[in-house]
Amino acid sequence: MNIQIENLTKIYGPQTAVNDISFDVKTGEVLGFLGPNGAGKSTTMKMITGYIGMGKGDIKIGGKSVRQAPDEVKQHIGYLPENNPLYLDMPVIDYLEFCAAIQGLDKTLIHKRIKEMIGVCGLNREKHKKIGELSKGYRQRVGLAQAMIHDPEILILDEPTTGLDPNQIIEIRKLIRDLGKEKTVILSTHILPEVEATCDRILIINKGSIVADGTAETLRKQAQGNEILRVRIEDEDPKVILESLHELATVKEVDFVKEDQQVFELQSISDQSSRRSIFELCVQKKWVLTELTPLETKLEDIFRNVTMN
Amino acid sequence: MRTIWIIAKRELATFFDSLIAYIILGLFLGFSGFFTWLYGNDIFLVGQANLRVFFNIASWTLFFFIPAITMKMLAEEQKTGTLELLLTKSVTDRQLIVGKFLGSLLLICIALVATLPYVITIANIGNLDNGGTICGYLGLFLMSIAYTAIGIFASSITTNQIVAFMLALFIGLFFHIIFGVLADNFTGITGQILDSLSLQSHFESISRGVIDSKDVIYFLSVTVLGLFLAETSLSKRHLST
Repeated sequence: MNIQIENLTKIYGPQTAVNDISFDVKTGEVLGFLGPNGAGKSTTMKMITGYIGMGKGDIKIGGKSVRQAPDEVKQHIGYLPENNPLYLDMPVIDYLEFCAAIQGLDKTLIHKRIKEMIGVCGLNREKHKKIGELSKGYRQRVGLAQAMIHDPEILILDEPTTGLDPNQIIEIRKLIRDLGKEKTVILSTHILPEVEATCDRILIINKGSIVADGTAETLRKQAQGNEILRVRIEDEDPKVILESLHELATVKEVDFVKEDQQVFELQSISDQSSRRSIFELCVQKKWVLTELTPLETKLEDIFRNVTMN
Repeated sequence: MRTIWIIAKRELATFFDSLIAYIILGLFLGFSGFFTWLYGNDIFLVGQANLRVFFNIASWTLFFFIPAITMKMLAEEQKTGTLELLLTKSVTDRQLIVGKFLGSLLLICIALVATLPYVITIANIGNLDNGGTICGYLGLFLMSIAYTAIGIFASSITTNQIVAFMLALFIGLFFHIIFGVLADNFTGITGQILDSLSLQSHFESISRGVIDSKDVIYFLSVTVLGLFLAETSLSKRHLST
């Protein structure tokens, strides 16, 4: 089931929370929804799940408009809201049973599904405890379990891994990746490595507008532009090396990183690589090339770039 | 319908899990029992085998206890964010409100059923008017649905349970006393309108043993209006401003 978002706008008084955004998410795709605090991530997710009304535009889920048939659409969505609200006075197993029943799951199926979810989310030892007694990580697992209990085709997860320990994070990421093969997943997060580890596609929004959209790789290419290399050349005066590097045809800029250690950082001219010519230069001059590392733009840098202005 | 029932069942279970149900039941039976049997204008003073005294006391007890039952219904859900969780499942606003209403009403009905020993006792002492007793209970039931709906509405417009409680009492006070008092002070059409708005006068007319469709329609109207306003208040989250 795919999600189509068309010219979605939401205005709160004087503030435009979501400003004319459009994107599609296909079945079998995990979309990472990034953005600084207050960028409009949660607002968009709340509109997709039908909790708050849309301003302008429309959201279509499997071709059906959320605006026109909100109740029909809701059945296909599993949602983990921000801050993971739960009924703290209910035991885990009763709570999951309540969620399953309310989603209209068949009575004969309920217990089987609960068992499955308890297994998948690792809640077996805690299942009879009240949710209020659980630690944050376990509550998060309960939140995930309730979102997935009716085996929805679409999962909307607002910061799914907050409060989990590193082992749990890896498990949950793996789970999301596995789910993402057949289902449509949108997850929002602040943790950038998480997006790389789990998402097929990244969407960055800032102040209500989409500022970047694509796979981690394409975003990197866009942001990086020119090749950047870190080079370490020994057996010669750094200044001489700097000059020779500068004279190479493919090199646009070059400078010391650490003068005394003979490490340089250079930028090639666009769409060209300087790696071969550096090597040839060293061979010719009999210098020793001890390091040649292409520097990748980090996702953090891309994120800062598109959201800081 | 199934969804409404699931929500109502959960509410009722929460009451019994959290002592609230036992406190409410205990206090309700304690208060109404104390004033019916032991103190003030009690049954032995009146010296008649009917439950008029009890119905009068119960109507006051319910007036105070119903807001206490309904105050958390939507206020707490809104505060903790579980409202978002519920309404993004296959639940409509209306189903949620009716479910909450039904859950509260079930607890009140349990409280009313628990007073049946009073009826049995009096029936053994003297010659009990069965019709009057049934009408009295019907009056209490109709009053309960109206106050429950008002309570649910009060709970829907705030995230603070105390505010919801006070507001429900405040609105209830108009229906319970103020309209009646005002009706006595006005003549003509104003007086008639105020009298027809007074919940107490409708309650008295039913518990006297007369089931008039006018009274039943009155209670049902207040109930439907309360629930409708609660639904409207919930749907305000969709607005842009």
